[in-house]
Amino acid sequence: MSARIGIVGVGHTRFGNSSEYDLADVMAYAATDALIDAGILEKRREVDQVFVANMASGLFCNQTSVASSLVSRLDMEPVPAELIENGPASGASAVKVAYMAIASGMADVVLAVGGEIMRKVSGWQATDIVATMLHTDAEYNMGLTLPSFGGMFARLYMDKYGCTERDLALIAVKDHDNGALNQYAHVQSACTIEAIADSETAHVVNNYVAEPLRIYSTCPVSDGAAALVLVNMDSPKARLFGKRPVRIAGVASATDTHCVHNRKDPLRLDAVRIAGEKAYAMAGVGPRDISFAELHDAFVILELAISEELGLFERGKSFLAVREGATTIKGRLPINPSGGLKSKGHPVGATGVSQIVELARQIRGEVEPGRQVKDPRYGMAVNFGGFGNNVVATICAKD
Amino acid sequence: MAIDAIESKLRPPALGLKPYPSKMITLASGEIMVVREARREEVGVLLGTVYPLIGVPADYYDIVAARMYEELLGWYRYRTANEFVLVGAINGVIAGIVNSRSVDPKLGMSLHTLTIKRGLRIGAQLFAAKMENHIEIQGADEVYIVAESPNGWRRWMIEYELEDRSHLYPAVRHELGGVPTFVLTRKLWDAVKSSKCTGVRPVPPEILATANKLSMPTEYPQIPGFKR
Repeated sequence: MSARIGIVGVGHTRFGNSSEYDLADVMAYAATDALIDAGILEKRREVDQVFVANMASGLFCNQTSVASSLVSRLDMEPVPAELIENGPASGASAVKVAYMAIASGMADVVLAVGGEIMRKVSGWQATDIVATMLHTDAEYNMGLTLPSFGGMFARLYMDKYGCTERDLALIAVKDHDNGALNQYAHVQSACTIEAIADSETAHVVNNYVAEPLRIYSTCPVSDGAAALVLVNMDSPKARLFGKRPVRIAGVASATDTHCVHNRKDPLRLDAVRIAGEKAYAMAGVGPRDISFAELHDAFVILELAISEELGLFERGKSFLAVREGATTIKGRLPINPSGGLKSKGHPVGATGVSQIVELARQIRGEVEPGRQVKDPRYGMAVNFGGFGNNVVATICAKD
Repeated sequence: MAIDAIESKLRPPALGLKPYPSKMITLASGEIMVVREARREEVGVLLGTVYPLIGVPADYYDIVAARMYEELLGWYRYRTANEFVLVGAINGVIAGIVNSRSVDPKLGMSLHTLTIKRGLRIGAQLFAAKMENHIEIQGADEVYIVAESPNGWRRWMIEYELEDRSHLYPAVRHELGGVPTFVLTRKLWDAVKSSKCTGVRPVPPEILATANKLSMPTEYPQIPGFKR
């Protein structure tokens, strides 16, 4: 029988601009919240292991070795700490490694923290730093960036399936409606379809970033951190915690070609599909069992493509579901109730942990009024790195 | 104000600026912002709007607000030549202010852009309106521009791909502090205006009426817990 591993503590900073703060301090805020939520702040040395997710603090803020510095900030020495770097999928990778550490028997309680400070540099520099995950010669040196990939991907998808720029705007409206209610979201304001798509002035208010992607099709550059306390639900240490665990029912990852042009079909996100299938199998569920999903919409087009690869919607049809309102909080399958990366923000190292914090808060029934999914049983998160070349899928369950 | 002989000597010469036609923009939030020229008698509400930001060092709000405060006074009391002030108002509440002046009929001198309500690209819209006024309405061929804050530099120097004339200092110099001078030329403006500048004209009377009486904001995202 595989280990039963659950989430017993969650913490989150408000995403946005924390550039005047030290990265380890920002992560310590989220970690402290998670330890308090778990009820073990005073007994924090009961944590057997700390994993820290961060993509590029050396480039963003000239700061390295942040895992051990976080432990020191938390006054938790000599708890061991390691850094997990897996691009923008670092966060969920850290949770996966935390799961593996507990499942292996090496640890019973693990603190997983993700954080990034991206706004010490300009938006252009941040885009350049994120682009260093692309293939150096074939992509990065050719001037490609993640928004440019997002734009090309969106154009292909739109041409193939008939999705329009207005459909992409509808996703943004939905995400911002949710993010406006999320205390942790970077952009806590709603937007209207009239303003960003239909009005005479929309083309400037919602200007192009990488055609056909506009500013409201693209996530902001954010700072922030999120944290989780995980426990082996069958270990004696499980008794330390007062809250009922949210069980991690499935977690899996997969990779794809580094160069997008080496894929048979650039519209297929095989790593998403494979990670999703493995997570479903581990959890013993299928797409129809999923109550809601947090999907990596760094560009809103990815929300559509990822949802299709997971089997949540038929291929090429997810935008029709968006038109029908199926993915809103009150729809049949709410997607990104947190506001998603689009509205909540995307501090790259923190995002994967943040998505799973949202799964846990939704399943506990603890989110802000107006964005609580009704009776969630299974929540699924997909954290997407590179342009789909490393992906982690996680399913949390209410037992 | 009675203009005596000394006062008349102190006042700057006037070029006689053409009026800026009001326009409206639907912001991403769905709110309608009216962009219009501020009237001289509105200086009180403008100063009251700017004043609290003089104490905000983040993002150079303090320098921008202090300088704009002085420039508004200079405009009101005739100590700055050919200045114009545009406001963006949402239901009459000031969301942002820009000011600038014409040095001569062909050269504009951009002064400041101050955004109170954040996250809706209000500053970007108002800056574009200021450039529109200089080049499209007043007929300038060039506008000199500087930035105090990194955000301003990113917005104007990079997004508009302004011409860097700092190497020509002091022959080419902006009036503000001798910092590097960048220039928006008519050619650059023509290249970007369709993607940077927008607005619906004429503004329907009922919408324009909402901006007839300006009021100071009651909240400043830059000043948590602000109370007037």
